[in-house]
Amino acid sequence: MSPDTLADASGYMTKVIPSESPMSTTLIRGGRIIDPSQNIDRVGSLFLRNDRIEGIDTGASVADHVIDATGLLVCPGLIDIHVSLREPGDEKDETIESGTAAALAGGMTSVACMPDTSPVVDNRAAAEFVQLQSERAGHCNVFPLGAVTKNNDGEELAEIGQLVEGGAVGFTDGKLTVANAEIMRRALEYTRMFGRPIFNHPQVPELAAKGIMHEGYHSMLLGLRGIPAGAEVIMVARDIALAEMTGGHVHLMTLSTAGAVDQVRRAKAKGLRVTAEVTPHHLALQDVALQSYDPNFKVDPPLRTKEHIDALIEGLRDGTIDVICSDHQPFADEKKQNELDSAPAGVVGLETLLPICVKTLIEPGHLTWAKLIAKLTINPATILGIQKGTLKSGHDADITIIDPTTAWRIDPTKFRSKGRNTPFSGWEVKGRAHLVIVAGKVRYHV
Amino acid sequence: MTTVTASASGVRWTKKHLLGLEELSADEISLILDQAAEFKRLAAEGETKLASLKGTVVANLFFEPSTRTRTSFSLAAKRLSADTVDFTASSSSLSKGETFYDTAQNIEAMGVDQVVVRHSTSGAPHLLSKLLKASVLNAGDGTHEHPTQGLLDIFTIREHRQKIAGLTVALVGDILHSRVARSNIWGLKKLGARVIVCGPSTLIPAHVERLGVEVSNNLDEILGQCDCINLLRIQFERQRSAFFPSIREYAHFFGMNGDRIRRSKSDVLILAPGPINRGVEITPEVADGPHSVILDQVTNGLMIRMACLYLLHNRRQEEYS
Repeated sequence: MSPDTLADASGYMTKVIPSESPMSTTLIRGGRIIDPSQNIDRVGSLFLRNDRIEGIDTGASVADHVIDATGLLVCPGLIDIHVSLREPGDEKDETIESGTAAALAGGMTSVACMPDTSPVVDNRAAAEFVQLQSERAGHCNVFPLGAVTKNNDGEELAEIGQLVEGGAVGFTDGKLTVANAEIMRRALEYTRMFGRPIFNHPQVPELAAKGIMHEGYHSMLLGLRGIPAGAEVIMVARDIALAEMTGGHVHLMTLSTAGAVDQVRRAKAKGLRVTAEVTPHHLALQDVALQSYDPNFKVDPPLRTKEHIDALIEGLRDGTIDVICSDHQPFADEKKQNELDSAPAGVVGLETLLPICVKTLIEPGHLTWAKLIAKLTINPATILGIQKGTLKSGHDADITIIDPTTAWRIDPTKFRSKGRNTPFSGWEVKGRAHLVIVAGKVRYHV
Repeated sequence: MTTVTASASGVRWTKKHLLGLEELSADEISLILDQAAEFKRLAAEGETKLASLKGTVVANLFFEPSTRTRTSFSLAAKRLSADTVDFTASSSSLSKGETFYDTAQNIEAMGVDQVVVRHSTSGAPHLLSKLLKASVLNAGDGTHEHPTQGLLDIFTIREHRQKIAGLTVALVGDILHSRVARSNIWGLKKLGARVIVCGPSTLIPAHVERLGVEVSNNLDEILGQCDCINLLRIQFERQRSAFFPSIREYAHFFGMNGDRIRRSKSDVLILAPGPINRGVEITPEVADGPHSVILDQVTNGLMIRMACLYLLHNRRQEEYS
């Protein structure tokens, strides 16, 4: 497959949300423009024409719409590479409409969504349905991820080529690990032909079976079944070995352990096509939180300990971990508010990603804003192979303007998402999307 | 009767719920033991029916099968003249898709004062305690705690030895999956005992030594040091994978038999929370022998549960008056 095919796939997506007034210009001035794709971090003005970016500091001083961004950060639209939107099948938890509204409120102009719906997105029609629903919703861009295996059963490859033609930008079985090494090998070989990554949830299922939390002192104390760090370390090692063997691209989802970070660092040093992501909740919270027996602290992989968190942060600092994603997992209260064994794992994250990143990474000085924005824009765009995440001239006018300083309080009753299952309820935070533009049009404004 | 309102050091009962021994002080544990001793004294004098909980309702909410603990709690409530209602998972609406919370709230709406809850998930009683106005008594949650079992084990030891401090107590068997082990460890350590956990290395959880216990994988090595040996039930139903090769091999290394009794201290006490697997963790010779206090444990369980219901009830009365 040629790079043109990728551009075409992307071009198709940008037409999803057409600009309402075809001949309009927008000037965003006074803001601090941060575009890691061009190493730009300075106060300037950004000029948009119709649904495209015209350029930075073009000299233009008049436009149809002028936005004063003084004191704000002007960034490429944020991209969340890992969300579950639940439609079709579990519309009580979330719909594509509510999930993409939540994404906009969180500052995302694009999301890549898991195929773990019912039915599973393991065929072209299902992938096209997801895009049709996102077009109808009219909030942000949605890039479907297709299933690696039919029905996410882990047994037979899904029709990966047809899914690519239907708009799938990567392949995954979601929270179901592709556990069979032979299937994973063939999937990596086959997707290489389309230049698409395999996203794997790196966890040995037998070691994680029915686990509730990180295996350690607190799981022993609380009498809760543990998931050992080794369950992740072993699968990461296997996936790296398969990436080396096949030349395929493995994207390791939601890393949580120090051992995994070490291995990814070494794999990258060898030049392998291995990328990795982490969620804000794995940076902000530890296993001890389960003391409350609150199901909002049950996530997969589990919350770990400070030594693991420190390793994840180091991985973000040195570039080992490419992306920060929400792993948005909305669940209706009647499912989530149960005793820990029957409550499903996962938390909503679209509307809290940015402030939790500020609290865990910016405020302690672990990352600069430019480094953080890279992990939310150009890095995910590169992994997905989409022409997004940049303010370069001629690209789609997807812009997120961030207010980095105003304090606010996380209140799940105000979420756009149908899911209220957040572990951050009541947190006092800073950093939030102030204004979000998709394809040249303001879609969200505080 | 004599109401034990305060421990020897003057501590009063103030807790609304009884969720585990982890959160109790040594004085609070002693208070329960003293109250249980008082109930046992009264029973010996023929006072088996007391009016203390008359007009109140105790619900037994069992989401996991249990005969002994449920019967013991039920009888304890009846001895104190409470009305009792029993819900079990098979007869309740859980199978009809009702959530744990719905079930609990429905029970609350019936005007229940105390809820005795057993659940296969650790922490389920803790969640209930946040939701209900009723007092919650944990009758065993997952692999976390079983406080009344811990208390009755400690009560039985104290009854025979008049003290806990300074004794060496071994907990033998499946420590990993045992709520009885955790409650025993907390209670015994708080009262000053030396605790050894002993079992196959697959069934001893990592980090357990941080609770102040010693770890052994060799029962024969520790036999001579133990004043009490508590033989935890091998819970076949809990095991999701092979933790040891065979029952025979387990019994060979960790089963308490006549030979091991002869190599123990002459006055060693043998406890077992039951129901026992005869021939696995304990041979009939030991279970029915002179060192065994297994049936005392059952009798004392009733007294401990009466004491817990009674103390929580008094605390509720104080709250409303």
